[in-house]
Amino acid sequence: MLAAALVIGFSAVGNSGQAQAQVLKVAGPWEIGGIDPAQTGYVFSRLQVAETLVSADPSGKLVPALAEAWSVSDDGLTWRFTMRTNAIFHDGTPVTAEAAAAGLKQAHAGVGVLTQAPISKIASDGRDVVIQLEKPFAALPAYLVHFSTIILAPLSFDDSGRVAKIIGSGPYKVKSLTPPLKLELEDSGKWWGGAPGIGDVSYLAVGQGETRALMAEAGAADLVFSMLPVSVDRLKRNPMLDVRIATIPRTRILKVNAGSSFFDDAEERQALSYAIDRAGITKVILRNAELAATQLFPPALPGWHMPDLQPLTRDLDRARQLLTEAGWTPGADGILEQDGERFSVTLLTYSSWPELPPIATALQAQLREVGIDVKVSVGNSSEIPSRHQDGTLEMGLISRLYSIVPDPVGTLLQDYGPGGSDWGAMGWSNDELHSVVEQLAVTTDPEERAPLQRRAVEILQEELPSIPVTWSELAVVANKRITGVQIDPLEVNYGLASIRWAE
Amino acid sequence: MRRFLLTRLAQAGIVALVVGALSFALMHALPGDPAMRIAAGRYGPDARIVDAAEKVRLELGLDRPWAVQLTDWIGSLARFDLGHSLVTGAPVLEELKVQLGASVWLAGAALLLSLLIGPTIGVFSGLRPGSLTDRLGLVGAVILRAMPPFVLGLILMLVLAIWLGWLPPAGFGSWRELLLPALTLALGLAAVSSQVTRNAIAAVAKAPYFAFARHKGLPEAVVVRRHGLRNAAIPVVSFLGLQAIYLVEGVVVVESIFAYPGIGHALVHAIIERDVPMVQGTALVMGLMFVVLAATVDLASAWLDPRLRSTQ
Repeated sequence: MLAAALVIGFSAVGNSGQAQAQVLKVAGPWEIGGIDPAQTGYVFSRLQVAETLVSADPSGKLVPALAEAWSVSDDGLTWRFTMRTNAIFHDGTPVTAEAAAAGLKQAHAGVGVLTQAPISKIASDGRDVVIQLEKPFAALPAYLVHFSTIILAPLSFDDSGRVAKIIGSGPYKVKSLTPPLKLELEDSGKWWGGAPGIGDVSYLAVGQGETRALMAEAGAADLVFSMLPVSVDRLKRNPMLDVRIATIPRTRILKVNAGSSFFDDAEERQALSYAIDRAGITKVILRNAELAATQLFPPALPGWHMPDLQPLTRDLDRARQLLTEAGWTPGADGILEQDGERFSVTLLTYSSWPELPPIATALQAQLREVGIDVKVSVGNSSEIPSRHQDGTLEMGLISRLYSIVPDPVGTLLQDYGPGGSDWGAMGWSNDELHSVVEQLAVTTDPEERAPLQRRAVEILQEELPSIPVTWSELAVVANKRITGVQIDPLEVNYGLASIRWAE
Repeated sequence: MRRFLLTRLAQAGIVALVVGALSFALMHALPGDPAMRIAAGRYGPDARIVDAAEKVRLELGLDRPWAVQLTDWIGSLARFDLGHSLVTGAPVLEELKVQLGASVWLAGAALLLSLLIGPTIGVFSGLRPGSLTDRLGLVGAVILRAMPPFVLGLILMLVLAIWLGWLPPAGFGSWRELLLPALTLALGLAAVSSQVTRNAIAAVAKAPYFAFARHKGLPEAVVVRRHGLRNAAIPVVSFLGLQAIYLVEGVVVVESIFAYPGIGHALVHAIIERDVPMVQGTALVMGLMFVVLAATVDLASAWLDPRLRSTQ
């Protein structure tokens, strides 16, 4: 009887749930820890609550957002971004160049990407936001796509200049926010781009990949981001669901200490690369053989991915030969030795990306085949930069995003500039690459840029200061109740406003 | 009664100091640079962590001697101020209000459901020891207790949310979302409370006063209600205090898999991100919850068993 009562009770609830079916339910892994744009701006930018001056389309091309046009002076030092006239903040005030300049000044003083651009002054001049540079920097508009530069209404800030609430200018405004898991949005009724197809949106942060998959299957979410590879095949068989996959500009790489005796020769790093069975890793762990990283940049970065480049492959004989040439000989237990030193290194990785630890153990087994002894240590992501700084990092398996801004020049400057960086080269330097990247930073013409981009990629492929292992993909599951879903490999804007209920 | 309350208040004070100092010491004993962890927690792994960490260190005064930091915390605690989260910047007390509220609902619903399920099965099993019901109850209890909460949670999600489509698999906001995580915890609790009840009822059923009640011709239901339940409830209630440990442990896991905001979820994140004030705050609240729970169990036991009142 109890069971019968429960069944009746649950069925009744199931029916009453239909009344709320008009809300577009979105689930993703990102939590909303706070409302500081540098911290969680991506949630507000992807869900179209707040906008940046410049945006990027799914192919990476820069497109107007709050600024309808931009130009640079002949000396490359003064950029003018002309604001569109019909943009209004959710509190009804117009989005002016003044408000935008004030917001960008805040972003520049914080910890976001803008701090890396050589900016000397930000001001407003009529409808224009004027940015003065210390030296020419062609990638500036791409930096203004980053979520830490979202433009908020002046009333968003409290007296001390901190963001106290999110008043953006996008198609959706915040109805309620329950940090760190839930965000409810509604049609702002004021967007310059017109009314969104679905007025109400609810976003739920679901940390566990299995739970997200079950939510998609149960129809409890209409749109679910970042599915685990193990769930994708099962979800693809579900006739109610539409699974879309895009390669994103994120590569899992081995960051090696090229200053150590293990990796100071290019031959040693090449040998390491030859020892890696990328196809095996991608097939078994990532369930998609296409993700084997044959070069640093994935196909999602046109102009930076070179289809005709000699691919990185597995060749154990070549690996052993290169290691012998570098002076390593097998010891009694099969582990290589040189001048009494064993080729024994620690591979540090972290679990923020759940696939990294299993990939690290696969690498451990593969490198053992050529006589390299690897100890795997799983910690927190901050340990990689920390051990880079104190020089104790031997080898790290990391997941590196190349579209922090849509122009990878910014990331290249950081990662392979003099001295390397947290996530980039360690103990490695290449004058030619520096000069190529410096030239890229000041060159805007795509035709002039192309040969420079090619040369940069070639140097990285030959020298391997970081060894590419696999590319990454973004799997998005949409319920067939909705149409108009677009996958954005750059993860700038999920285009919720163009989603509609299917007929 | 007054002495009882005063003793418990003193206990709460000691718990607050010990938990706060212990979590502070443990967080500082962890390897790695706290500023780096906090920066990674705030700005994500793709940010320029080293630069961000320097700003964080300056902003939060992490380079001050640890003794100064701890004294500050105790001083603030005396003013009922738990400080600010190092990651979100929001007052810890405000964050706890939301998280604790959610967890209390979850734990309360779980306890209620477990009391509906466990003792009911226990009474039926205990009245007929060795029967099929009794043996099935034991097998069920062993399986449920042996299963970690996350496995049980996933199974329930699969059955009730996917196959039957009765409940949403995750989320929060209404009682429908509360049911699955609460049931996950409740089944684990019921697994044990059903057996405790069963043994208590079986013992009571053997007692002379119970046999006498039957002999004098009272209907079985009346015998059980008047002479069985109250006596059997004493061990069950004292057992509930111990169950709180399972509940807190389960809440941490269950909140994570069901995307349910709560104190367990907050604690796990705060530890990873080295958010010391949040860790101290959540640990403190959990510690105080134990004190309150223990006091409630004592009071309930005294109400059920008059012999205990004289000893308190």
